[in-house]
Amino acid sequence: MTTQPILDVSGLTMDFGGIRALNTLDLDVNNGEIVALIGPNGAGKTTFFNCITGIYTPTAGDIWLTPPGGGKKISLNGLKPNQVTEKGLARTFQNIRLFSKMTVLENVMIGRHCRTKAFIFGAIFRNKATLQEEQGILETSYAILEKVGLANYADEFAENLPYGAQRRLEIARALATEPLLLLLDEPAAGMNPQETIGLEHLIKQISREGQAILLIEHDMKLVMSLSDRIFVMDYGKKIAQGTPLEIRENPAVIKAYLGEEVDA
Amino acid sequence: MDYFIELLFSGLTRGSIYALIALGYTMVYGIIGLINFAHGEIYMIGAFTAFIVATVLSIYGFPLIAIVIIAGIAAVVWSSSYGYTIEKIAYKPLRHAPRLSPLISAIGMSIFLQNYVLLAQTSDFLPFPRLIPDFPFMEPIAHIVGSTDLVILVTTVIVMVALTFIIKFTLIGKAMRATSQDRTMATLVGINVNRVISATFIIGSGLAAIGGLLIASHIGQINFYIGFLAGIKAFTAAVLGGIGSIPGAVLGSLILGLTESFATGYVSSDYEDVFAFSLLVLILIFKPSGLLGKATNQKV
Repeated sequence: MTTQPILDVSGLTMDFGGIRALNTLDLDVNNGEIVALIGPNGAGKTTFFNCITGIYTPTAGDIWLTPPGGGKKISLNGLKPNQVTEKGLARTFQNIRLFSKMTVLENVMIGRHCRTKAFIFGAIFRNKATLQEEQGILETSYAILEKVGLANYADEFAENLPYGAQRRLEIARALATEPLLLLLDEPAAGMNPQETIGLEHLIKQISREGQAILLIEHDMKLVMSLSDRIFVMDYGKKIAQGTPLEIRENPAVIKAYLGEEVDA
Repeated sequence: MDYFIELLFSGLTRGSIYALIALGYTMVYGIIGLINFAHGEIYMIGAFTAFIVATVLSIYGFPLIAIVIIAGIAAVVWSSSYGYTIEKIAYKPLRHAPRLSPLISAIGMSIFLQNYVLLAQTSDFLPFPRLIPDFPFMEPIAHIVGSTDLVILVTTVIVMVALTFIIKFTLIGKAMRATSQDRTMATLVGINVNRVISATFIIGSGLAAIGGLLIASHIGQINFYIGFLAGIKAFTAAVLGGIGSIPGAVLGSLILGLTESFATGYVSSDYEDVFAFSLLVLILIFKPSGLLGKATNQKV
């Protein structure tokens, strides 16, 4: 029995003027997997994230999302970012983008926004359904904060959190949208070794609960220990894919990172 | 002393009305960074709607309290639909244009709406029915504080508390704050930003309509041009308090209302606007970000 991958990207191409930032890229993520996307700076990794989350409109290519358990395939082509989030992709950013003037709890509650119905009339008339919904949001948000270990910070402003905790909060906010696939853009960037270890545990824990994760990361130790599969990009093209072991030995990857060996 | 207190209350009343309008300016600015110059016209349309509904209802002999409530609801609903539509027609297509374009579009919308009401209604001043009776319990102090002033103050306080509650505690309020801090990120956590912007326009317009109804029954006459000056004054108040800041808009409005009231009372009513706009000039020179506004360093 073959199962559909959760995320299936084929032939993704993105041109900025005359520059081809992504060149017919294929990538897929299966349910429950941790997949890493690596490559030298400027390879187009973040552009790839921006394309699949609807921030950029790709020049060509198809993006399909399939809910696990035989759900129907959903095309993400041409959707706006909030619609993409609603369908089940959530992401974090390379440089932290929290709502810094809101509390930690509110940041997570905001993530529940797309899973709720109440709007302006509910806000004004406070009917029973709205109140129940808000109670539900509060409980779920607390549970997520517990999971990432930020429950004691709940009423702190996001900007007052230490760096590592802000990263965790970004992940918590993304989890609050109940994504089918979680996209992490360099979650370990700027972290000290201790924080990185904490992050590794967190990602493993989330993954154990069945969450599929696609990860951009430069910290090779982290990538090798977390990933089930790795995709390697350079100059907008995929140059290799495989298990961590295969990638480590792949000559094309070594060439991209270290340059070509000079024959004497 | 009585005179001072009278001026104080008249200043607070004015300030409350300015605040109801200024909130619309400041909320819209906070979310999409646009000075919505058509906002004064929304207030004017609110007053006209209330006028038409109240006149029709009083012909049919409705009791006063029913007239106030129905006219109020009609004004809020009608003005909100104008606010909503204006945003969709005049601002949304310009969302990614340079900042000056929606500003010009707003001024155009303002001129259009003034002339539309001028043609559809009349250029004359219309006598606005007195919707708020003199309460018997206000009798002893009626020479200092009128019943209308009381109603305006109480209504404004209730509306402010409700607004604060919505923005602080409800989901749509959180979405508004999130959108104003980082719009791209807000869409990425699944917020439909267009809906949030629409909600902002609807709430702001509703507040302006309440202001329109209250001031019209206070002054007793309306005209297609009232939105212009009221809009400029409320804008001044919003800038005074720090545009984008909600408590700032309220504070700025009260200061402006009191300044005008005391200037009128102790100097001359001819100098009312001179004092109001001198205040604006002074604030812009000495504290350009406003009393409660955040100082931002714009990179050139």
